[in-house]
Amino acid sequence: MPDTKQVVLLIKRQASPQDPARWEEFAMPWRPSMNVIICLRDIAENPVTCDGKKTTPVSYDSNCLEEVCGSCAMRINGKAGMACSALVDRLEQPIRLEPLSKFPVVRDLSVDRQFMFDSLKRVKAWIPIDGSYNLGEGPRIAPAVQEKAYPLSRCITCGNCLEVCPQVNKHNNFMGAAIFSQVRLFNMHPTGAMHAKERIRAVMGRGGIEDCANAQNCVKACPKEIPLTESLAEINRQTWKQALLDWVIG
Amino acid sequence: MRQPKIIIVGGGLAGLMATIRVAEAGVPVELFSIVPVKRSHSVCAQGGINAAKNQKGEGDTTQKHFDDTIYGGDFLANQPLVKRMCEAAPGIIDLLDRMGVMFNRTPEGLLDYRRFGGTLYHRTAFAGATTGQQLLYALDEQVRRHESEGKVARREGWTFLSAVIDEARVCHGICAMDLRSMEVKTFPADAVIFCTGGIGAIFGRSTNSVVCTGSAQSALFQQGVDYANGEFIQVHPTAIPGEDKLRLMSESARGEGGRVWVPKKSGDKRTARSIPESERFYFLEEWYPKYGNLVPRDIATRAIHRIVYQEKLGIDGQAAVYLDVTHIPRETLNRKLEGILEIYEKFLGVDPRDEPMKVFPAMHYTMGGIWVNGEDQDTNVPGIFAAGECEYQYHGANRLGANSLVSCIFGGGIAGPAAAKYARNLEKSAEATESSVFAREQMRQEEKNQALIAQEGAENPIAIWKEMGEIMTEHVTVTRVNKDLQSAYTRLTDLEARYKKINLSDRSRWSNQTLNFARELENMLILARVITMGAFCRNESRGAHYKPEFPERDDTRWLKTTRAKWADGEIKLSYEPVDISQIPPRPRRYDAAK
Repeated sequence: MPDTKQVVLLIKRQASPQDPARWEEFAMPWRPSMNVIICLRDIAENPVTCDGKKTTPVSYDSNCLEEVCGSCAMRINGKAGMACSALVDRLEQPIRLEPLSKFPVVRDLSVDRQFMFDSLKRVKAWIPIDGSYNLGEGPRIAPAVQEKAYPLSRCITCGNCLEVCPQVNKHNNFMGAAIFSQVRLFNMHPTGAMHAKERIRAVMGRGGIEDCANAQNCVKACPKEIPLTESLAEINRQTWKQALLDWVIG
Repeated sequence: MRQPKIIIVGGGLAGLMATIRVAEAGVPVELFSIVPVKRSHSVCAQGGINAAKNQKGEGDTTQKHFDDTIYGGDFLANQPLVKRMCEAAPGIIDLLDRMGVMFNRTPEGLLDYRRFGGTLYHRTAFAGATTGQQLLYALDEQVRRHESEGKVARREGWTFLSAVIDEARVCHGICAMDLRSMEVKTFPADAVIFCTGGIGAIFGRSTNSVVCTGSAQSALFQQGVDYANGEFIQVHPTAIPGEDKLRLMSESARGEGGRVWVPKKSGDKRTARSIPESERFYFLEEWYPKYGNLVPRDIATRAIHRIVYQEKLGIDGQAAVYLDVTHIPRETLNRKLEGILEIYEKFLGVDPRDEPMKVFPAMHYTMGGIWVNGEDQDTNVPGIFAAGECEYQYHGANRLGANSLVSCIFGGGIAGPAAAKYARNLEKSAEATESSVFAREQMRQEEKNQALIAQEGAENPIAIWKEMGEIMTEHVTVTRVNKDLQSAYTRLTDLEARYKKINLSDRSRWSNQTLNFARELENMLILARVITMGAFCRNESRGAHYKPEFPERDDTRWLKTTRAKWADGEIKLSYEPVDISQIPPRPRRYDAAK
């Protein structure tokens, strides 16, 4: 724990996708229970670097500030994490902030994670209900099933699991663990299971489950402790089963 | 036949439900949101959603839900539509259940229900302690499905600036700004539904998310859309204080048996666990034996303020009381409350399963909002509709816990078809509107940006925002005193003058968050005055609005809705009667059975 009464941050800045990246250093007074967001707000109020140079406030994504919206993912001291729950007292200084590297930078620490939302569309991550009119209750679900499904449904689409995955790179369109975990969630639901085949077919091919190389970094990086490797294994199993069935039936 | 088009601004629960209903009606819909809709503030709703399904054999009925809601709201809500909402609630739960929301279950696979504030029934369905997140995701998934079928176009990363309104005072679309390119553009639509949520940022720190500024509501107000009951602000009794945010600790903690207490002895230095049962003051249970820890939020909040400020019994002299769940089995806590306990643990480094939590009230919700006219959710400007927290009509003077999710989904659900119907019946489409109407609005907004960027002043927008937040939190939340309200109003006016001299520390034209914030701040300042003026004028105490100088509810003079209008740059208040056709007002007392 730092006993200094200053907090020092090194932040990777980039004015726009076309501009070159640069580093800027900032210092601010330490207060109890500070997190990375509070530091970024301090800078916004007084955007001056350590060498006294006036600069612009740092751009970053944030919304709920309680780790449930998934906005503020970034690289903090080289590790993918959420800025709101990154407490200064638990970080080595200077605190190095960089944007996630697997997504296009918009500006500074703000990135474009549209790829994840597009992937959710590709794998049909929904329950196809007939309409929003009143059709009575949904199917009964055993508490044991709910207790397995609920943790999966807490995925905040932050992108940390993609950030740490060696298979997510420029040469590869691997969708990332979060997406396969969603497929597992929908295939678990009694109504969703009726359409499991469509989702499994969507995870075959380019960027699909076959590209998972089992590095298992994802599960360690997930802020919501979702059992991502279990999900990957399960979707892999469902995919093989489907492939085999398709082959047998022809 | 001419194909109408509808725009929805805001992608929280209300906006998504409206989107689904418009898409189902076969009308193309364009959905605007500042953040990817999956990151909307609805994710922060924790405890659950109310519906009188009577699944615990308690004889609960929708009529009782209706009565609890009206009584909890201190009779300020127009009653017929609240009744319809309560009647629709069980169907809404069924729909969410069909959409795949992973609600907690009973051993026989049915939905489980828990107790919440302001009721004696187990009426709240829940998905752990992240119910809002689960509901938002379910609706987002349905919208994604409609999007993949080409029925919905999403515009995420755009912020609403103003409505496009012609000389006949009819709305034909919106003017919005792309938060990356900072491009200002108009979008025609035959009807626009606003689902722009809460206004927490006006109070500086609150339980709300960063995007909850009320900027859209205020922009509309300044264009002639009336604003109702602004003075009714809910302060949630239990939140974790923080420098950046006051993080909510859901009422469900108490719904599952959590108890609020302080040491009986003022300034007691012992740790919570070493204070024996007999030396603890469970003040809510003592003062309100019938409802105990589950009194409505305004009551619990005032009780905590009394304990801390009058009785001087705050923990170790601080502004904090204990919220204790340590007596509840760990397994139950993990199954039913994990989401919130995890927040406490992550942000404070203390496990609330072992140590009682330290909490204090925090600004949480606005009961007031855009004035809407009953069951079509339409405003006083034709073509503009509103649903969700940004409008005023369901919660009266105080909202009951777990009623907001119902009102968002119900309101969004009726606004969608109403807007579609309005759009279909229009004689002249938005597309046929003279292009000059759009060009004029776009020019007005571009000029604002230019002016802000070019401006050379000495004022800092964040400093002004912080001051506004302090003024509002100190004088316009739990206890309101007329002379303080008056000086708060003057100070807000001063801040507006200072705002005219702000200097942006960022003048770039790409993803300029400072420019966007400055624009929001101007709107926040005006809405802050609407709230303060409403509070100053209402000389009574009702629900969340409490004035020690006027401690009683005054139905003779004040059983009426405040309606704020913007007239030539001034805020004008008028009042209209409340529809009390279903349940005659009676005194609201939670220390005894009602």
